[in-house]
Amino acid sequence: MSIRDWPIKRKLTAILLLISGLVLLLTSAAFVTYQIVTFRQTMRNNLATRARILAANSTAALAFANEADAREILAALKYDPHMLSAALYDQDGRVLATYPAAAPAGLIPAAPEPDGYRFEGARLVAFTAVAQGENQRLGTLFIASDTKAVADALRLSGLIAIVVLGIALLAAYALAAALQGRISAPILALAETATAASTRQDYSVRAPKFGEDELGMLTDAFNQMLGRIEEQKKELQQHAKILEQRVAERTGELEKRAAELQAANGELDAFAYSVSHDLRAPLRSIDGFSQVLLEDYAAQLGDAGRDSLQRVRAASQRMATLIDDLLKLARVTRAEMRTEQIDLSGMAREVVAEIERTTTGERQVEFVIAPGLEAQGDSRLLRVVLDNLLRNGWKYTGKRAQPRVEFTAQDENGDRVFVIKDNGAGFDMRYADKLFGVFQRLHSAAEFEGTGVGLATVRRIINRHGGRIWAEGVVDQGATFYFTL
Amino acid sequence: MNPGKILLVEDNPDDVTLTLRALKSHNITNEVMVAQDGVEAIDYLFGNKDRPAPSELPAVVLLDLKLPRVNGMEVLQRIRSEERTKLLPVVILTSSDEERDVVDGYSLGANSYVRKPVDFVEFTKAAQQLGLYWLLMNRAPPAPRGP
Repeated sequence: MSIRDWPIKRKLTAILLLISGLVLLLTSAAFVTYQIVTFRQTMRNNLATRARILAANSTAALAFANEADAREILAALKYDPHMLSAALYDQDGRVLATYPAAAPAGLIPAAPEPDGYRFEGARLVAFTAVAQGENQRLGTLFIASDTKAVADALRLSGLIAIVVLGIALLAAYALAAALQGRISAPILALAETATAASTRQDYSVRAPKFGEDELGMLTDAFNQMLGRIEEQKKELQQHAKILEQRVAERTGELEKRAAELQAANGELDAFAYSVSHDLRAPLRSIDGFSQVLLEDYAAQLGDAGRDSLQRVRAASQRMATLIDDLLKLARVTRAEMRTEQIDLSGMAREVVAEIERTTTGERQVEFVIAPGLEAQGDSRLLRVVLDNLLRNGWKYTGKRAQPRVEFTAQDENGDRVFVIKDNGAGFDMRYADKLFGVFQRLHSAAEFEGTGVGLATVRRIINRHGGRIWAEGVVDQGATFYFTL
Repeated sequence: MNPGKILLVEDNPDDVTLTLRALKSHNITNEVMVAQDGVEAIDYLFGNKDRPAPSELPAVVLLDLKLPRVNGMEVLQRIRSEERTKLLPVVILTSSDEERDVVDGYSLGANSYVRKPVDFVEFTKAAQQLGLYWLLMNRAPPAPRGP
């Protein structure tokens, strides 16, 4: 686990321990250093005093070059176990006496060195003048002591430092463990509360406050935030409840309407069915028996009679067409919609091919269909739309030298608008609102045949797709139909 | 030509007259039995307490759908459900071109579905083609054994 992921408690304890350890270490180092420095100072002073006393005692021996005396004076050093070696040099730097009496060569320098004190490895050496009175130098005293005392003192103070460090660290750990809680406890409590609020979605919990410090302020702010969230949640729940209620009410209303509509649709169904059956039957009789008369009594009827009967037959057939168109319109309203992606360009091309086949090339009309036109819708119903509009284009360009019908699309305010435009008979914009009414016609049957149901059917289909349809026209200059889906 | 009878199930006397005329005008001289509703049609085909079923079934049944008492679909259902008549050719000849009727008719086993045109010239053409097809072109199912 990286330090970053340590729990905050451990982090705080570690920081406190690190700081106190560092401080203690530095303090101990200073203490030990001070100990060493002062001890060496004391040792030097002691050695200097001893050297001076020894030098003072040695003046006579040196003055008379009495080796035996000199050796005896030096031999007194044996009472100090720290004294390693000593020597007396005469004025010419020759060794007069040494301590111990038979000192090995390495222990005593061959010649005196300048006066002074210095540490050499594990010993402290001193050279001191042996003088009579103030300024008559008789020779030099060399004395060396070991530094075991320093080492002992160092060891002791080091031991003390380590023990103190250990105790202090333990105490620091205990204190840190006890005190870190002051900081970590509120943070942990906050974290716990936040987790509880977010996992259980329970915004009624509150973090406990431990004091008026920044953490206390944070806790207050957090609790206030929780309070506001709780309030908002309550409000939201209330709103949701109201909304649900409304949805339920509306659904109920809608269901009622749907049931009514279904009933109405059922009635319409029955109506359409009887229309299809019962209205056509008498027409068949009218047409049939007129034909019987024409066939069996042609001679008796005369031209006028035959003409009348032909008119009766034409009228009955026209009424049959009207009934069929009305039925188609009713079916468009009832048919179930199956929405899918539709290639309108391809569909338009098929419709045009069918128009050209059924009209057996009696006229040439130029159809221009933009490629790649697509829409979402019911393919059967949209085919009826394209069939009606393109067939209208074909029909109403009947008196043009160069008849032309275009199917394109354009984008208006983010809506896809499909456009079918012809250069045919057009219409007067004053009657534009009548275009889409059932049985409404802007041209006489003699001029252009039709029942006046086609555009009503088209509008109903477009409306069922949630779209709009409108038209623009100028008499004798063509008509343009726009629709959205 | 198949010398069998034609059973015309039709309640409208005008339509009966016109259908008979249309058939006759194309030299279809087969005897035409007329049933004026579904009950009469069923009685004719299957007999009743007064009269036994005919020994010979018609060559084809021309069946209207909208009939008093028992409608055309019920008649068709009955025909298809009886061993003796289940292969009998039945042509629905009606005013309706409701998709529902067409689908129901074929589902119940109709052999053809023809909508009567209002134009009598067209109607006679249709009757002629029907007669030619069902009495001349079509090979009838083998005659069932007696009832």
